[in-house]
Amino acid sequence: MRIASLARTAAGLFAGLAAAFAAPGAQAQEPIRIGAFLAVTGPAAFLGDPEQKTLELYIEKLNAAGGVLGRKLALVSYDTAGDAEKARTFAKRLIEQDKVDVIVGGTTTGETMAVVPMVEQAEIPFISLAGAVVIVEPVKKWVFKTPHTDRMACEKIFADMTSRGARRIALISGSGGFDKSMRAQCLAAAKGRGIEIVADESYGPGDKDMTVQLTKIKNTAGVQAVLNAGFGEGPAIVTRNYRQLGIAAPLYQSHGVASKEYIKLSGAAAEGVRLPAAALLIAESLPDSDPQKKVVLAYKREYESRFNSEVSTFGGHAYDGLMLAVEAMKKAGTTEKTKVRDALQSIRGWMGTAGVFNLSPTDHMGLDLSAFRMLEVRKGAWTEVK
Amino acid sequence: MSAALLQYLLAGLTLGAIYALVALGFSIIYNASHVINFAQGEFVMIGGMATVSFLGAGLPLAVAAALAVVVATLVGLALAKFAVEPARGASVVTLIIITIGASILLRGLATLVWDKKIHALPAFTGEDPIAIAGATIVPQSLWVIAAASAVFAILWWFFNRTLAGKAMLATSHNRLAAQLSGIGVRRVLLASFGMSAALGALAGILIAPITFTSWDAGVMLGLKGFAAAMLGGIGSGPGAVLGGLALGLAESLAAGYVSSAYKDVIAFAILLAVLVFMPGGLLGARAAERV
Amino acid sequence: MLALAAALALLPLVFANNYHYEVAILVGLNAIIAVGLNLLIGYAGQISLGHAGFFGVGAYGSAILSARYGWPQLAALAASTALTAALAYAVGRPILRLKGHYLAMATLGLGVIVSIVIATEDRLTGGPDGMGVPPLAAFGAALSGERAWYALVAALLVLSVWLALNLIESPHGRALRALHGSEVAAEAIGIDSARHKVLAFVLSAVFASVAGSLTAHYSGFITPSRVTFLHSIELVTMVVFGGMASTFGAVVGAALLTGLPQLLTVLKEYEMVVFGAVLMATMIFFPKGLVPSLAAAARRFAR
Repeated sequence: MRIASLARTAAGLFAGLAAAFAAPGAQAQEPIRIGAFLAVTGPAAFLGDPEQKTLELYIEKLNAAGGVLGRKLALVSYDTAGDAEKARTFAKRLIEQDKVDVIVGGTTTGETMAVVPMVEQAEIPFISLAGAVVIVEPVKKWVFKTPHTDRMACEKIFADMTSRGARRIALISGSGGFDKSMRAQCLAAAKGRGIEIVADESYGPGDKDMTVQLTKIKNTAGVQAVLNAGFGEGPAIVTRNYRQLGIAAPLYQSHGVASKEYIKLSGAAAEGVRLPAAALLIAESLPDSDPQKKVVLAYKREYESRFNSEVSTFGGHAYDGLMLAVEAMKKAGTTEKTKVRDALQSIRGWMGTAGVFNLSPTDHMGLDLSAFRMLEVRKGAWTEVK
Repeated sequence: MSAALLQYLLAGLTLGAIYALVALGFSIIYNASHVINFAQGEFVMIGGMATVSFLGAGLPLAVAAALAVVVATLVGLALAKFAVEPARGASVVTLIIITIGASILLRGLATLVWDKKIHALPAFTGEDPIAIAGATIVPQSLWVIAAASAVFAILWWFFNRTLAGKAMLATSHNRLAAQLSGIGVRRVLLASFGMSAALGALAGILIAPITFTSWDAGVMLGLKGFAAAMLGGIGSGPGAVLGGLALGLAESLAAGYVSSAYKDVIAFAILLAVLVFMPGGLLGARAAERV
Repeated sequence: MLALAAALALLPLVFANNYHYEVAILVGLNAIIAVGLNLLIGYAGQISLGHAGFFGVGAYGSAILSARYGWPQLAALAASTALTAALAYAVGRPILRLKGHYLAMATLGLGVIVSIVIATEDRLTGGPDGMGVPPLAAFGAALSGERAWYALVAALLVLSVWLALNLIESPHGRALRALHGSEVAAEAIGIDSARHKVLAFVLSAVFASVAGSLTAHYSGFITPSRVTFLHSIELVTMVVFGGMASTFGAVVGAALLTGLPQLLTVLKEYEMVVFGAVLMATMIFFPKGLVPSLAAAARRFAR
């Protein structure tokens, strides 16, 4: 055991040293270098893991199909464990040492925002996979993102609540970055829509029981609907506790739990829960006339047959990010950074897993509310609410 | 008593029982070796994750759970044999870092052997909540509370009524004297890690239907279990139970009556205050360190 | 001492790009914390699992005062350092009476409280997603670029090591070592152990706070991930890994623990396993830490 672990350590160190100090050699047919920094481990691992897998899968596929602009693609990716400080160091490594042509990554908003100043200074196209609206508002010259914003999620949910006659609502959110950013956006979005937030509770990372917070919500007079902003195990525990307490008001979740895992963890308690999400989750049941069907079904089949695990919208964000970058390079006919950036922000009507992207110099995300579907859990499966 | 207060108490009791089970693991190892095992939370994780994977392989829940406890016990024994015993005589911080290294290693292994997803176990006896005077509790919580009580009773009997248990306690009081009276102190160390790991795994299996399990589920449970053990007085069995319940109730009452965002701050502030006024924890009789 | 200064001066010769400078700067900032923490752990024999909290007070103090209230950066740095010192003193007096694991628990609790407050008060701190921090500027000129930062951090590291070495040889340092050996014996010969322990605690907190302020300014962005108890444990690991009661050991520990993840990241999914194994193996085979154990081995060999 000792010898084996020492040998492995030594091997690792040498490999690391070699990789750390070998400058990329200059050859005629240099691959196009795609840089990525993702939270493959850490609390956001279930976001970062499918993202990493998706990038590996599609870069392999693109290369098998002859690459892009006649060149192969090479993926350089680092695991940030969700730590913003590590993200910054790895982004510097991608820019300064690995000399990548474009960066796709930043699983969480914290990681993304920590890297933004450096990317702007280095002038390199950067497509983030994180949710918060602050990433693209105000618009930053070199920063793009593929997931829907948390503000859009709030708007979509509030519209659905209003249509069911619910105007007095309760919020329960986690204490992570995604949760708190969405909570702030929802508080702001509620104002102009005649929605009144009558209770506002939160829970901590790793909390195991939310019956206390939900009891407070249950005892708040006149709550007509409850919204849970969060991802990971927290929302599943909230859902179970919600049913345990027998709260009658409809429960809404965020796009942060848009995967089959959430239904599995929550079990029967998930029945009737609604959330806004991309069409990817209902790929098979989409009508053939739906313009998104082809793209989302292809991605779903590709991912599920390769990794033998359920597809999630999070991996879809990475697909969109990578493919948008490829699309921009093809459009620009070069990997020269300024031209790729300009090509990126002129992409219109491009179909991704999250919806139709219409990018522009003033909109670096390019999705609108139509890309979001309101889904409801019925008989343990996602069903679109018409 | 209002229904809301009763609900808070039930939530606190469930949490407290979970923390107490983890805290007991800390105390058993501390007693035998004066080591704080920061990988205790990982035993809990292994219990949950191993059960999930055995269950996935088609075994019945009871068999899967039993096998998971065996796996965790073997890991515990290996940790004692290959990491803690060779470092005997090293300082307190060195031993802490070794167990922290072990916890990182075990988490890494968990992502390789299993995966990075979150898993749930089915509840042992259904999921229909039981109503008590306007408040509700799920059957699994009763399992956790009952198991914590049973474990505590068995441990009390073991340490106070059996020769092996008394030998372990004697080792904790005076290692040299114990050795001179013929107690195999190395076996005691191994036994304590084995017991602690089995106990942690049991806790992990019991709570997985309520709290889920994943490769990093042990981090926060380890932290809270450590806090509970210290609050009650490390090395004291009743202290671990009292500390766990006090911490669980402090959290749920703080969330219910003060602020859910600051419940952990309040719980830790209470812990600090207790330590300042009772430097050995609630039930810690003797000074933590000898001259 | 001179060797350290010379090494720091010569290192840039092997730096191929700004990424190498970046890692060196992070190593330097962590080394400053480790040198301070070593005074407490290595010499006074007191454990702290809460120093990320002091790092956080420094970092967020600087960030909030300079970004939100427009304070000059040096004034913000001085104010947050003073705040840290006051906090460490106020908390240190009661909790340093605790022993061993109880002290570890109390400091851990303190760190957890600071980190939750920072993550929760999002109007001031930006919450879990963090906040931007203006660059370090003084007398109208902003410090920018990796090379300038490297020079500053290297100079401060040499200064920290010099301060620590002097302190250890002072009467205060001897008192600390005496009470590490036996607190009762130290008190019997008239050493006011409480005062010396609190002083070491406050000093180590100040080192962490200053490094925190500088890290915030250098990164230009700060998130609560650096204030969690996991970061506290990482800081203690640096001290113990390199060698307790060895100032150079603390520097070596900081360099290894900061650099190792950068090397191991190429192992992808095996990174955690290898890192955990390296940590365990080092502590099992070199229980006093790398530098003291290797130095002892070298002495035995020379004989």
